Amino acid sequence: MDKPKIVEIKEDITSRNNLFAKEIKAEMKRKKIFYLNVMASPGSGKTTLITNLVNRLKNDYKIGVIEADIDSDVDAVKLLSTGVKVIQMHTAGACHITCQMSYEALCALGVEDLDLVILENVGNLVCPAEFDTGATENLVLLSVPEGDDKPLKYPLMFEVADVVAITKTDVKDIFDFSFEKAKANVRKRNENAEVFVLSAKKDENVDALEQYLRKRIDSIKNA
Amino acid sequence: MHELGIVMNVISQVEKVAEENKVNAVKALTMEVGEVSSVVPDLFKDCFEWAKKRTKYMTDCELDLVVLEAISYCRDCKSNYKTTTYAKECPHCKSVNTYLITGNEINIHDIKVI
Repeated sequence: MDKPKIVEIKEDITSRNNLFAKEIKAEMKRKKIFYLNVMASPGSGKTTLITNLVNRLKNDYKIGVIEADIDSDVDAVKLLSTGVKVIQMHTAGACHITCQMSYEALCALGVEDLDLVILENVGNLVCPAEFDTGATENLVLLSVPEGDDKPLKYPLMFEVADVVAITKTDVKDIFDFSFEKAKANVRKRNENAEVFVLSAKKDENVDALEQYLRKRIDSIKNA
Repeated sequence: MHELGIVMNVISQVEKVAEENKVNAVKALTMEVGEVSSVVPDLFKDCFEWAKKRTKYMTDCELDLVVLEAISYCRDCKSNYKTTTYAKECPHCKSVNTYLITGNEINIHDIKVI
């Protein structure tokens, strides 16, 4: 039998994803598209917030939405009511979106004439944070029922966030949630993230987040 | 639960290298996995054992998983510390102005081929 030979590979698995992410970021910048990756736990209100924001922005910007789930099309159907371009992606069991999936979804959606693409990632506070999707920014939701300690328990998710939206303030009286603690816990993980406190369902205090996004979309569009 | 996805990715890259180097079989694979890379070593090994049976070159491949220690650096007091014990907060000066230097790698280091 032949003597085994060593072949050195020395390749970082995630570096391939990160490299691809950089290519997507550069391509989106070149096309002047703001690509927003929305991440949070299942049931934190991602679809409700996205629907609210799309309705506020759709008259001024051309928008496309990518819904990513393990199965079903319930989110995409909800988004259809806004009238913008929506596609539903199935991850076939995967708990997160990789760059390859993100790229294929962007191609399937068709982004040529768009100003804003929103990716609703799989509901999960762990794995999506590990994989850069090539988005311009990451928006992470923390809903009141989840508790103010989540940034401590799921550090990476809050470290990769550019924007944090504390959602479902309309149910704050029922839950033991401290907004001060939540903000302080986000700060422990991330000194730079913009933090907004709102209720998308009751349409309360969504203005500030809307204005922030308008600024960011415009800065990319007019770059 | 994403270990299987990572295993499939690793296998496809190793199989590609095997094909390019025109080998008969891959007998061993050495991987380096950081302590905070979110890969659970035992789960990774289980997924690997399941997946390797479905490959062309790796059906008898042994997996050697080397775990790399996670170390963070504090920008304020300019010292290193063990990430898994102290997380984001520097144990020397209590600052959170810190970042991970090493520990999130998932590296394919080398393969032994015949």
